[in-house]
Amino acid sequence: MLHIPCPHCGLRNETEFHYGAEAGVAYPEPNVLTDSEWAKYLHIRANPKGWLAERWVHFAGCGRWFNLWRNTITHEIGPAYLPFTTQPKKPDNIGQEGLKA
Amino acid sequence: MSEISFSFDDKIYKGHQGEPMVAALLRSGMLSITTSTYHGRPRAVVGLGVEEPNALVQLVSGTKESMLPATVIEVADGLAARSLTGVGALPELPEEARYDKTNRYVDTLVIGAGLAGLKAADEHLRAGREVLLIDDQPKPGGHLRHLGLELPASLRDVLAHKSLTYLCRCTAVGLYDQNYIVAIERRSDHLGNSAPANRARIRVWHIRADQVVLAPGAFQRPLIFSNNDRPGIMLSHAAATYVAVHGVQIFKRAVVATVDNQGYRDALRLHHAGVQVQAIYDARPVAEGSSVDAARATGIPIRFRATVLDTVSDAEGVCESVIIQDLDTNETFQITADLLAISGGWTPIVDLATHIGIKPKWSEAHAAFLVNHSTDRLRTHGMLAGDFGGDDNPSIFFGPELDEEQSRHAYIDLQRDTTLHDLRRAVGAGLNSIEHIKRYTTIGTAHDQGKTSGMLTIGALCQLNGVAQGGKPGLSPADVGTLSFRPPYIPVPFAALAGRERGPLSDPIRITSLHQWHVEAGAIFEDVGQWKRPWYFPKPGECMEDAVRRECVAARQGVAMMDASTLGKIEIQGTDAAVFLDRIYTNMFSTLPEGQCRYGLMCKTDGIVFDDGVTTLLGKNHFLMTTTTGGAARVLAWLEEWLQTEWPDLKVYCTSVTEHISTIALVGPKSRQLLQELVKDIDLSNATFPFMHSREAMIDDIPVRIARISFSGELAFEINVTWGYARHIWERLWAMGRPYDLTAYGTETMHVLRAEKGYIIVGQDTDGTQTPYDLNMSWIVSKKKEFIGKRSFQLPYLKAAGRLQLVGLLSDNGDEVIPEGAYTTELNAHPDEHGKTRHTGFVTSSYYSPALGRAFALALVADGLNRMGEVVAVPFGKKVLRATICDAVFIDKENIRRD
Repeated sequence: MLHIPCPHCGLRNETEFHYGAEAGVAYPEPNVLTDSEWAKYLHIRANPKGWLAERWVHFAGCGRWFNLWRNTITHEIGPAYLPFTTQPKKPDNIGQEGLKA
Repeated sequence: MSEISFSFDDKIYKGHQGEPMVAALLRSGMLSITTSTYHGRPRAVVGLGVEEPNALVQLVSGTKESMLPATVIEVADGLAARSLTGVGALPELPEEARYDKTNRYVDTLVIGAGLAGLKAADEHLRAGREVLLIDDQPKPGGHLRHLGLELPASLRDVLAHKSLTYLCRCTAVGLYDQNYIVAIERRSDHLGNSAPANRARIRVWHIRADQVVLAPGAFQRPLIFSNNDRPGIMLSHAAATYVAVHGVQIFKRAVVATVDNQGYRDALRLHHAGVQVQAIYDARPVAEGSSVDAARATGIPIRFRATVLDTVSDAEGVCESVIIQDLDTNETFQITADLLAISGGWTPIVDLATHIGIKPKWSEAHAAFLVNHSTDRLRTHGMLAGDFGGDDNPSIFFGPELDEEQSRHAYIDLQRDTTLHDLRRAVGAGLNSIEHIKRYTTIGTAHDQGKTSGMLTIGALCQLNGVAQGGKPGLSPADVGTLSFRPPYIPVPFAALAGRERGPLSDPIRITSLHQWHVEAGAIFEDVGQWKRPWYFPKPGECMEDAVRRECVAARQGVAMMDASTLGKIEIQGTDAAVFLDRIYTNMFSTLPEGQCRYGLMCKTDGIVFDDGVTTLLGKNHFLMTTTTGGAARVLAWLEEWLQTEWPDLKVYCTSVTEHISTIALVGPKSRQLLQELVKDIDLSNATFPFMHSREAMIDDIPVRIARISFSGELAFEINVTWGYARHIWERLWAMGRPYDLTAYGTETMHVLRAEKGYIIVGQDTDGTQTPYDLNMSWIVSKKKEFIGKRSFQLPYLKAAGRLQLVGLLSDNGDEVIPEGAYTTELNAHPDEHGKTRHTGFVTSSYYSPALGRAFALALVADGLNRMGEVVAVPFGKKVLRATICDAVFIDKENIRRD
């Protein structure tokens, strides 16, 4: 179970959170997009092997959305940051469990 | 240790309180305690603990656990067990024992209270850290206990440290991300009859540790040879422990087959306990070390480059003599032995480390997979890290070469009765991945999950290709890799995981403030999410059908009321509230005048209908949104997501008030007259209080908000009142309504009434693929503004032909209520070559309508909106009904009744 640092409440268990996929995908201006561009916004999200900035919501806590760097292979947790703030740079592998991405 | 008695297969045995059940059985001469699952061969205990593949028993006392290794059962007065053949029987009565769970945060968690774990605990305590030490044995000490030795005084001090919590009989079953550990503590089985009734049998520990130390130790492994499963063949460490520590005296003449110096140490223990050790057969060409010297000094014959090839049994299938093979000359000879003690090397317990994805590394020097890990948060100690603490010098040897006939009786997985022959067949079939071989042969899939058989499989696979060793070419275990172990490390009872969250406590139950009235009125309830809602209110002697017909008639002809308090209610306030709702709903809300209500539909970005409900503008910038009962939490989360992550500039605040406001729906042509008797401060007539308007009023000095909202098509009023006053208002209505024959109704009648009007329930009449257009609701889609999902309506696949669309359906036989979920097919459709007929849709809602005097249904049918009047077939069971597609509104298409 992931241990996730809510920016408002501190470290909490994963079961208190809901996942929101890739962070930083802004709602586009719908009517200037082609069908395939719009479909891409609807259905396509990054899912890389390694570090990904993701959206999470602390639904069973403060109810706030935030963004979080997480390594999809090692499950290392990087820094959390609030929406509309500057994204911290992609973390190095800190080797928390010593796994290699 | 006090003497106790227990029963096994209905026979009484004596034992020492707390000793392993197998030790007491062996002392009594009970060797063969089971027969194997598939081959029916007699089997006896092989190991010392949870790795035991043979000695599985079923408890018939206490909680009647269906399958446990007798090596881990501590005997106690009143214990009763039965043998089983691979398959345990689940108890027929519900589990009555109590199960607990608890959470713990700790600086350091040490798993394993052997020497390595205790030393690690000491280091962490000295560093000022709080330590939780868990161990699956009844007492600390690990191998020391198997040797019958006491803990050194320094380590006893560790256990007494004030910052240390020690849990015995506690097995870590899973290691998860960021040092989250689940452990199972067995608290009462070992006490037998004297266990306190209120003590939880098992406590599940959920532990989050800043640092984890893994010091789980290792299992000894057997060798692969022909007839290696006979009673009397044991792991040497287990045999020596049962004999030397537990006083088992049934073995007279032993043979030791070894690949390391552990075999010598165990031979010495057997020798000193009075067993005649006839010889040690060592697969290595040479051996050195103090234990080898000591064995030599006792006069035990030692022969190198020799190992066991086969065994010979007596009439009962018990090992009687052993066939030894010289590994250089291949010569064989026979030697009598009632105990064959095997030392095939050590397999460190890598399971927990692999749970989080750590790959064990093969060490030729140890002839084992190790996890040598040292980070700030996770460290391995002891045998897992390669500290075997002695001069073992094992050889990488898993057994002699066997011919086809010998391989048929050379067991790799004793629980699954899988042999070297099965493994060769898998390899012959082209399988070379260890994971594929596991699934093909079932090796490692039984109760013990490959604790002894996993490494043997890897070894046998290497031997088939020639073992790469010391520069010699071939296949190395490093090339094969270990199996993936997954939690749980040992079987865990479901009851333990459930804890106390069973029956009524398995999920929260939500009730309205009117619930007790419904109970007293004899309502039958149905679960709607977590809510208990009255389903119908039967009068004495009435069945459901009778009650629902009576309730429907009352609502359409007189007056009826229902508790609608479970509707999701969200207050939306702020200067941008109207702008926000315009973006959320498909229709316009910024034009809604104060004091008026509007039905709204919301879609996800993909254009699919997501929820619906009526929203009222209560005052300036102050809306009250209602949602479906089941959708309340989803909708609030949806609103918050957009406000927080896309439109933080909007000044909007959402608050759930579902449990703050009770809603009573008063429905029927006589509802106005009845309500006006109670409401004196406002005029309820249609002229001054039109449909979809909301008014504040007083009933008995209690402020209420009344809305002209109808989910039935009838004249109706929804009375909203603070949760705590609802019962008063309800009972006042009930009393005043007596002359009107006011009838309480439940969700079933609500469904009939709303379906007669073609009002949808999102999630029942939709399957997650409908746009508003598919629901024949183009009227609710605004052309003037942007809203979530609008762009998607332009996507070709949402405009294509063949989409499921909501229509009405009338069966030819009006008495026949079509089952919900029944498929529609084309009339006279030809079955394909499989005898299947392609379906074109399905029935979503289906009831008998007293108002229509016949059955009717709503259905999603491909292109249904363009097929009015067409007849479809509805097959179900052995019947095929004919039904006609029609408009989804069955009653009062002109909307006259609601005013």
